[in-house]
Amino acid sequence: MRATFFDTLLTEARRDERVELVVGDLGFGLVERFQAEFPTRYHNAGVAEQAMTGIATGLALCGSIVFTYSIANFPTLRCLEQVRNDVCYHQANVKVVAVGGGIGYGSLGFSHHGTEDVAIVRSLPGIVAACPGDAAETAAITKAITAYEGPAFLRIGRADDTPLHAQLPSLWPGRSITMIEGRDVTIIASGPVLGAAIEAVNRLSDQGLNPTLVSMPWVKPLDEITVQKAAESSALVVTVEEHSITGGLGGAVAEVMASSAGSARLLRLGFPDGFFKGVGSPDHLRTQLGLDGEGIARSVSTALRSLTGAIR
Amino acid sequence: MAVADLSAWESPASAASDVAASEQFARDLRRHAVLMTARGGGSHVGSNLSIADIVAVLYSSVLEVNPSDPYDHGRDRFILSKGHACAVLYAALALKGFFPRSWLDTFYLDGSMLAGHVTHRGVPGVELSTGSLGHGLPVAVGMATALRRTDAARVFVLLSDGECDEGSVWEAALFAGHHRVGRLTAIVDYNKIQSLGTTTETLDLEPFADKWRAFGWRVVEVDGHDHAQLHQALAGAQIAEGDRPTCVIAHTVKGKGVSFMEGSVLWHYRTAAGDELAQALAEIGDSSNGNGSGNGNGAGHDSRTVANGTANNGTANGTTNGTPNNGDKAHP
Repeated sequence: MRATFFDTLLTEARRDERVELVVGDLGFGLVERFQAEFPTRYHNAGVAEQAMTGIATGLALCGSIVFTYSIANFPTLRCLEQVRNDVCYHQANVKVVAVGGGIGYGSLGFSHHGTEDVAIVRSLPGIVAACPGDAAETAAITKAITAYEGPAFLRIGRADDTPLHAQLPSLWPGRSITMIEGRDVTIIASGPVLGAAIEAVNRLSDQGLNPTLVSMPWVKPLDEITVQKAAESSALVVTVEEHSITGGLGGAVAEVMASSAGSARLLRLGFPDGFFKGVGSPDHLRTQLGLDGEGIARSVSTALRSLTGAIR
Repeated sequence: MAVADLSAWESPASAASDVAASEQFARDLRRHAVLMTARGGGSHVGSNLSIADIVAVLYSSVLEVNPSDPYDHGRDRFILSKGHACAVLYAALALKGFFPRSWLDTFYLDGSMLAGHVTHRGVPGVELSTGSLGHGLPVAVGMATALRRTDAARVFVLLSDGECDEGSVWEAALFAGHHRVGRLTAIVDYNKIQSLGTTTETLDLEPFADKWRAFGWRVVEVDGHDHAQLHQALAGAQIAEGDRPTCVIAHTVKGKGVSFMEGSVLWHYRTAAGDELAQALAEIGDSSNGNGSGNGNGAGHDSRTVANGTANNGTANGTTNGTPNNGDKAHP
């Protein structure tokens, strides 16, 4: 997703001279083309995320469309108050981009795991937040937030640039994509777990089930209509994300379902509220956490069975 | 030491009329700040009085801003990074016509747009909302970086000395020095008192000027209550592109202009009322429209006996500097 993000950013920067990039001394092998082509619109703030975000705000308040870029928690939690007070309160046209959100940097340890960032950023007023599920969504959302006037948070995965959508509509804030229409269960995925969610749906289909699959990159604003529809038409709604089950997609969907007319139960799949026992590649950790295709399918069918049992 | 180091400064000395005008403006700002904080029950009156002369000089003859077009792209930007000292800024903006003077009467009160830390929302002329320290300089650096490509506008940012404990200040200082962000002037209100004591006792900033120089800035030190020095230092901040950013270290006295507030940490928190309020207004002197209740002797500039920055050391307990009501506790 990183490569796709930078390809798209370059295209947008060629189209709109207001686009600027402020990095926190990260992006080796990725930022160089932007730097070479737009040297006066490229800034390396150094290892200084507070300054990165404040400088981005200053540039934006003078008319620029400014992207900040760093790893996982660095452009959000490290400088959270700058995001809140400077970017959000001033409605500055700053796009905070976190790479490796979730466990993209799984082997690098706790410091590099983005596990609560979506929950925290989502609770800030005046910012939109997206976790694209593949390269196609990354490109569409990068375009959308360039055009969108105001603060935005883009949380992308790391290396995998495999497209999972043949084609996409524009992904203006709040839009979701219903990839498969079913009826037994609605699986809502956000972020780089989309591939695993697709695999889980295939496994469930093999078991004779007929799931709906929604990719919901926008955690804020959330596509509440789609969530309400799922709550009313499915027995079970499942959220899948590379994030704590507290406050992220699962939390956002729970908030909507709690006040919706539907009677569906909610199963939140993601990281438990705690610390991982070990490190490892994203694939290893997803398997450990039950967030690979097999683990998601297992959790969904178990939940469906207990639900059916409860009804009987 | 409040010593001007303006020998190598290329700007012309200010005209006597400029100085007289800004000194009167400073008296007006002080009156408003004392009245606004007294009316609203707000704090930080000492911080307001500390920067009144700096803000008066900026808004009387330095900043190119237009109250009838407050968001004109070519304007100079001023950021009050020590947002708690906002009463004088609100007063300056109101007196300059950015918004009605009647708004000042609402400061700090229920339903007001004028919050106790400077707020831009709905308040024309305020460039940046602050209040949490360490935010203003990075944003100012971003603005100055943007503006050096397009026009001649300059960026001024006023920091407190205690604020320089924040790491973000030095992150931005490093960036501005490295990239020679010459459109930028940072002014530090160096009154040497922060929330719980002196800067020396808390986290010693000295050698302060050397720190900024080491970060690639050029530094001028002035008496932050001497309008001629302030005019010269701030007007001299019209720097050619590619030059270094400027740091004006303004040696000031917290509470300046009201004898019993000067050099006292108590008046970071305390609000003047009753006899104290009357005495404060009397010492500040008449407002420019002649309706003041003071004795008219312009005490804001006459009380020089305590006007040097070294007078403050050791006054951290807030009761050693003529504070009349020693029984009152600070309420941080």
